[in-house]
Amino acid sequence: MTTNRREFLKIAGVSTLSLIAPAIVCPAWAKEKIIPVSNFPEALSPSKALTAKRWAMAIDASKCPADCVDCIAACHATHNVPDFGNLKDEVKWIWREDFPHIFPEVNHSYLPKIARARRPIVLCNQCANPPCVRVCPTKATFQRQDGIVMIDYHRCIGCRLCMAACPYGARSMNYRDPRPFITRINPDYPTRTKGVVEKCNFCEERLAKGLGPACVLACKEKALVFGDMENPQSEIRLLLEKRFNLLRRASLGTKPQIYYIV
Amino acid sequence: MKIYNGGKIVAGIVIFIIVVTFPFWYGKGKPSPPPQLSLDTPAIAQLQDKRCVEDVNFMRANHMKLLDAWRDESVREGKRLYTAKDGRTFEKSLSGACLKCHSNKEQFCDRCHNYLAAKPSCFSCHNIPGEVKK
Repeated sequence: MTTNRREFLKIAGVSTLSLIAPAIVCPAWAKEKIIPVSNFPEALSPSKALTAKRWAMAIDASKCPADCVDCIAACHATHNVPDFGNLKDEVKWIWREDFPHIFPEVNHSYLPKIARARRPIVLCNQCANPPCVRVCPTKATFQRQDGIVMIDYHRCIGCRLCMAACPYGARSMNYRDPRPFITRINPDYPTRTKGVVEKCNFCEERLAKGLGPACVLACKEKALVFGDMENPQSEIRLLLEKRFNLLRRASLGTKPQIYYIV
Repeated sequence: MKIYNGGKIVAGIVIFIIVVTFPFWYGKGKPSPPPQLSLDTPAIAQLQDKRCVEDVNFMRANHMKLLDAWRDESVREGKRLYTAKDGRTFEKSLSGACLKCHSNKEQFCDRCHNYLAAKPSCFSCHNIPGEVKK
């Protein structure tokens, strides 16, 4: 039997329809089974969790005593930050830095000596426009809805592009297995492994449980204020309204969220 | 055709074949005993209904997929709670949920992983409760 033009077009039409039919009809048995999930935890219930539109921190450098390490010790103990005992391998989430290094654009020889002699604490700036997130090839570093810049250590391949991109030196690489160098492992927080980059996470694991950041709670001088920048009535907004404050290297356009009262 | 050192070469080939095929004929017909997993932990003994997050068959086949989903959802989306098919709720946490009941990692996780030569890297970062001094 020879097919004529009319028969051929009929067969072609039916074949095309049969190809797109499953997408239109979409029977129940053809759908992928999805494991049901919920985000309403008992111990971590959203009513308890601290939430914000944009988390930020204000640091009052004048209140910060020069020899105090309370915030640093609290943070590093909470997050199992290793101490390798040498500067080459150093891992740090929060630390002290010379004033001229923190504010190279603002610093000059005739600033008050008291101000220039200060060594305020520095940590990840949780930038609103984070260069580290843009360069990460595996999206291990990402920005949450509330502004926190996080590292998914599961995805980090240790390429250190983020360390090159960060203008604040806020990130540290684990060149060695950190576990033997942690004095006392906090069982409630994982350690890191060799070959991943780590940094401050604004205590997101504590915020989920309704606790403030460890450094803020550890500060006896109340030099650290943590809060929501999008809420005009928050403590941090009211404080920054009253006191003159600086951002680290604001001209770079990274929009840091750590505000320094100087 | 003459083979120089024929005896040595033939003997060498025979020895080579025996060595290479050793794994095939040595274990033939002998089943390797499956791992005996221990559920004997204080936390499990106290459970009224001895049921994991999901049913045993699902967990046996899919625990690694479940843990991968938990990992991504809790880290990247901040969703820290898992509602099981029967409505119970769990924290998505390896150290804080799984190992709370299965506190005998060596008799439970490791036995099966060793048997199958699976090398999950979970515990290079996640703490094993009891192994860390509080």
